[in-house]
Amino acid sequence: MKFVLNDELIEDNTLPSDFSALRYLREKRGLTGTKEGCGSGDCGACTLLVGALEEGELKYSTFNSCITPVQSLDGKHVVSVEYLSDADKLHPAQQAMVEHHGSQCGFCTPGIILSLASLYENSQASDKTIDRESVCDAISGNLCRCTGYRPIIDAGLSMGKESAWSSLADNTESVKAKLASLQGDAKAANNYFQPQTLAEFLTIKADHKDATLVAGGTDLMLENTQRFHDFGVLIDVSQINELTKIEDNGTQLTIGASVTYSELEQFSKTRYPHLYHLLERIASRQIRNRGTIGGNVANASPIADMPPILLAFDADIQIISLDGSQRTVSIHDFYQGYKQTVLTEGEGEVIASFTMDLATLADFHRFYKVSKRMEDDISSVMLATRFAVTEGKISDLRLAFGGMAATPIRAKKAEAALLNSDVNDEQALSNALAILKDELTPLSDMRASARYRSDMACNLVRKAWLELNGHSIPTFSGHPVSDASLGYELTSNTSQSAQQGGASHA
Amino acid sequence: MRKLPNDLTIQKDNAKVAGQTFNNKLKQPIHESAKKHVTGEAIYIDDMPEWPNELHVATGKSTEAHADIVSINLEKVRAYPGVIDVIVQSDIPGEVDVSPVLSGDLLLAGDFVHYIGQPIFAVAATSFRAAKQAVELAEIEYKIREATLHPKESLARQEFVLPTHTISCGDVSAAMASAPRKIKSDLYIKGQEHFYLEGQISVATPTEDNGVVVYASSQHPAEVQKLVAKVLGVPVGQVLVEVRRMGGGFGGKESQAAVLGCMAAVLAIRNRRPVKYRMPRQDDMVQTGKRHDFWNSYEVGFSEEGEILSAEYDMVGKCGCTADLSDGVIDRAMFHADNAYFLPNARISGYRGKTHTVSNTAFRGFGGPKGVLLAETVVEEIACSVGKDALDIRKLNCYQDGKSKTPYGQEVDENVLLTLMEELEESSDYRARRSAIQAFNKQSPFVKKGLALTPVKFGISFTSKHLNQGGALVHIYTDGSVHVSHGGTEMGQGLYTKVAQIVAKTFGIDYQRVNVGSTRTDKVPNASPTAASAGTDLNGMAALDAAQTIKVRLQEFAMEHFGIAAEEFAIEDDTVSLAKETMSFPEFVKLAYMNRVSLSSTGFYKTPKIGYDRKAAKGRPFLYYANGAAVAEVVVDTFTGEYKVTQVDILHDVGASINSDIDIGQIEGAFVQGMGWLTSEELSWDEKGRITTNSPANYKIPTSADVPEKFNVKLFDRANSEESVYRSKAVGEPPLMLGISVWCALKDACAAMSDHTFSPPLSVPATPEAVFYSMQAAKEFSAGAVLNSEKSVKSL
Repeated sequence: MKFVLNDELIEDNTLPSDFSALRYLREKRGLTGTKEGCGSGDCGACTLLVGALEEGELKYSTFNSCITPVQSLDGKHVVSVEYLSDADKLHPAQQAMVEHHGSQCGFCTPGIILSLASLYENSQASDKTIDRESVCDAISGNLCRCTGYRPIIDAGLSMGKESAWSSLADNTESVKAKLASLQGDAKAANNYFQPQTLAEFLTIKADHKDATLVAGGTDLMLENTQRFHDFGVLIDVSQINELTKIEDNGTQLTIGASVTYSELEQFSKTRYPHLYHLLERIASRQIRNRGTIGGNVANASPIADMPPILLAFDADIQIISLDGSQRTVSIHDFYQGYKQTVLTEGEGEVIASFTMDLATLADFHRFYKVSKRMEDDISSVMLATRFAVTEGKISDLRLAFGGMAATPIRAKKAEAALLNSDVNDEQALSNALAILKDELTPLSDMRASARYRSDMACNLVRKAWLELNGHSIPTFSGHPVSDASLGYELTSNTSQSAQQGGASHA
Repeated sequence: MRKLPNDLTIQKDNAKVAGQTFNNKLKQPIHESAKKHVTGEAIYIDDMPEWPNELHVATGKSTEAHADIVSINLEKVRAYPGVIDVIVQSDIPGEVDVSPVLSGDLLLAGDFVHYIGQPIFAVAATSFRAAKQAVELAEIEYKIREATLHPKESLARQEFVLPTHTISCGDVSAAMASAPRKIKSDLYIKGQEHFYLEGQISVATPTEDNGVVVYASSQHPAEVQKLVAKVLGVPVGQVLVEVRRMGGGFGGKESQAAVLGCMAAVLAIRNRRPVKYRMPRQDDMVQTGKRHDFWNSYEVGFSEEGEILSAEYDMVGKCGCTADLSDGVIDRAMFHADNAYFLPNARISGYRGKTHTVSNTAFRGFGGPKGVLLAETVVEEIACSVGKDALDIRKLNCYQDGKSKTPYGQEVDENVLLTLMEELEESSDYRARRSAIQAFNKQSPFVKKGLALTPVKFGISFTSKHLNQGGALVHIYTDGSVHVSHGGTEMGQGLYTKVAQIVAKTFGIDYQRVNVGSTRTDKVPNASPTAASAGTDLNGMAALDAAQTIKVRLQEFAMEHFGIAAEEFAIEDDTVSLAKETMSFPEFVKLAYMNRVSLSSTGFYKTPKIGYDRKAAKGRPFLYYANGAAVAEVVVDTFTGEYKVTQVDILHDVGASINSDIDIGQIEGAFVQGMGWLTSEELSWDEKGRITTNSPANYKIPTSADVPEKFNVKLFDRANSEESVYRSKAVGEPPLMLGISVWCALKDACAAMSDHTFSPPLSVPATPEAVFYSMQAAKEFSAGAVLNSEKSVKSL
């Protein structure tokens, strides 16, 4: 493993495969500015920056170092809080936090500084102004228990106004040179592999049949940090070229399994605003920078948010076996039971990509997520729904749920009850909801009661149906609301919103 | 040479000095650690360099809520690679009880366990991971006993950790019987996890003579010191505890941090090695106490206008398995059940319910929030019953001239609450917004808005009288730099900054000259916990006293040395005036040193006037009250119960502020923490007594996106009428209760579903699920579905 840590070239091949970046900094390098608040990627106190060369430019993004294997950072520039200041000179994020009283106990502060620094550097690079929403997005994975965030948000909004000196900007060229010097190095680690191509992956996997696959590691690493499990060999699939692409061939959209939430977010921002808004509600910025679509699906959690979306769009899953052979399985046949999928370990199967028809993606669709908190929370109930309307009748539909069963699930009976009904037939809706109530029998847990989940399943379908019929109904998110966004004193335009599948809420 | 004054002794007058106020117009110091926070230089205990031979601790935990321990087999634990030592209760050299006040909190369980997560044995290993992996290998056999898990069960079974206390005034029964209207209902209020970002931690290093130095993340170093000495069986003086800073405390490190220091110390002494005990987040959430749940039952009688005539409150706190600090917590809940409202006739009973769950502890507000929430629920329901805006009911019942005596007999004599509420009503445009919201709700089928203005009146002083003392130690060095130690701890609240400001102002010197050092038990002994919002009041006043002592010495020296009169000496703006001469502070200090003047002093303060007669349940528990009010506006999605807080306006009374930036930080932070308690933060326990919300993955404190975009916080500018330090007021806890405005606004939005004909019950916390069912209840009431149902609030 070789990477640049702040301004130092690091080479270390002595570490366990699952040794976290946080532990590496604190225990091996004495860099204690980075804190452990939870060890599970939920609080952001351990946030670091990772920089990589993209088309010759250094791009930085944040990640939770407590659940990131340090060896996954091979070839990258890793930045901790210690790098940002120089004697009396502070980075604009630091300067603004001091001036706005953005720290009280200070324990979450280094993580917040890095999240804000990432926002600052990226906005400088892209010449974007920083607004409240971008600040809240940047720190969506940073918990602060002292300040109530107001001064932190104000600090974020004022970055660079007092002083614009940045160690990151100052040292771009030397970091680029250091990163370039890492290129092409043979990897010496024997317990952590990061193949760049599918072929390379298959060779490594053949040599290490018992190895565990890791992509973002945002769930897997909790085994290590919360249950103290020691992993053996890890194969990191996040860098496999063939798996990291989003492709539109004119009829189908293909999303590589190792595409991160953040990448899909960027892609969908203008094309699929409903998908974009749902992605914004998944986890935090730090987690979305690492977590992958393939990981979310293969993990087979009944409360994952991507599977219902794929169910709604009838996605196909391309699966590759150890021998290089491929097969395609419909998402509808993928889940076999609680945490069980059709992937066979013995064959060394891995998800390569997901494919959806563009025509399906153009249908009216809505995704709703209900959780206790808007940012960085797991769904109590999630509905992904798609309606096709032909000559005033519902000619096709999907009602796909998370949190309602042992697997992500479609409510097929309720779908059948609405199929071919008039789009505005309220009786058909009532029948379908009555059926839905019996069809799915969720559990009670700390996130929600079974009763609430059932009631939500019905209400979310009702909400989607009303939107299909042209009602303008707000869906809350982490963003502030205004009377305009609540549709107050706005009249809904039935025909327009019913026909535009991709239209965002009024 | 001038004529010497006859009398060279000066009378020290702290009250006169402290009666001045800080000038808030000037730029104030930032938090003393701000730069260290943002650069990562600030050192927390886990950041201290480790010794090569340092050991790490993990504990083996009970998996049963209430059971006898039949057998323990730790062979595999001892054999695990890296394990150096394993201890059970009998290995503790001194006493095993580490309770803060009373008894029952054992460092390690003995024959029985009384909550899930209770430590039974402890492992010291060469690495943290080895310790955590080893403890899983224990084989423990239990004989299970029946467990009490809910305060309702505690009350039914009369299982209490301490006796019940009752406060009363007037003739409750007669006033209730003749009241034109009555409401009788109950409210279950869930607790709250502290979620300080820095988990519990201590490091102990053995010293010569079997002593130990403990670096603790504790709000109460003196207690850690005392308990470490107790478990080691050594004199208290052989133990030194140091606390530089905590990564948050919020009450969670008042009593419960001591266990970590004690465990680390026992293992350090046994193995003659430094020992670190850091609780990973999940252990912290399982093994340490939280804010108490409360089950409050209430009956109020009131007039047709909504004036409260009689109130009967039964408040059952879920104390957990031991007393810990629960006596004070339940008392404070009772002292705040009136909140801002005059109760002419009242009976308030507080029950200390025992449950087989982790022992609940201090949490910002210390019971107060459970009383205030009860009071606010009552006024909301009265308003609905008499068909008025809740603000009118609040103002009608607010303490004012002629309505100024609390149920426990203390006079609310400052008379600021009504003024403050009216000022906020005006500045927040409450009435116009109320009309706008009514219009909005009429037109909006899918989302509803709610609005509420809620006040808080919070009593300042520890209710345990003896804790109302502070100590400090001030040194001036020959270069004019000043070092201050005091008994208070820094957990982010800015105490060190404020104390430095106080010392600088008292001396008349530049703030930059003053350095506040770590809190150490060998600098200031027997200090009270940094709690009850009293950190600045007590320690600031003690530091002022120490500074005054030295300043008087300097003045006497100046008079003698320069032959000037007392009034010809002054230190102002960092310059020493000696009649017509001036001198820099360092020059003058150097001169004093050369003339053998002592430049060091201790300082002490004890709060005057207070005293509560527990037998009579009457007295003056508090020196003064801190006051505030907040207006919250919310919007609710009727499909899901999800909501957004869209605007918050706060007006809060901190007396004459010492540092308004720090005070506003406390107000905002407390508000958001209070809002979190009442909205997204939900503790959950399974039927076995196991906490299921054991991680930030399933326990959700607010994020930046939950904070309203319009968040206006202003200080109510008025000096404390009591002689507090520079006429300031305590600020740590009171504004937490301003978060109640959000809960009341949500309740108001739910009531909109019935056009405010019904005040629907709303669970605490008001999660989207709770809000959804509250709206459903209002909707059903409107539809007549639950008329006369037993569960609804009865308005007679």
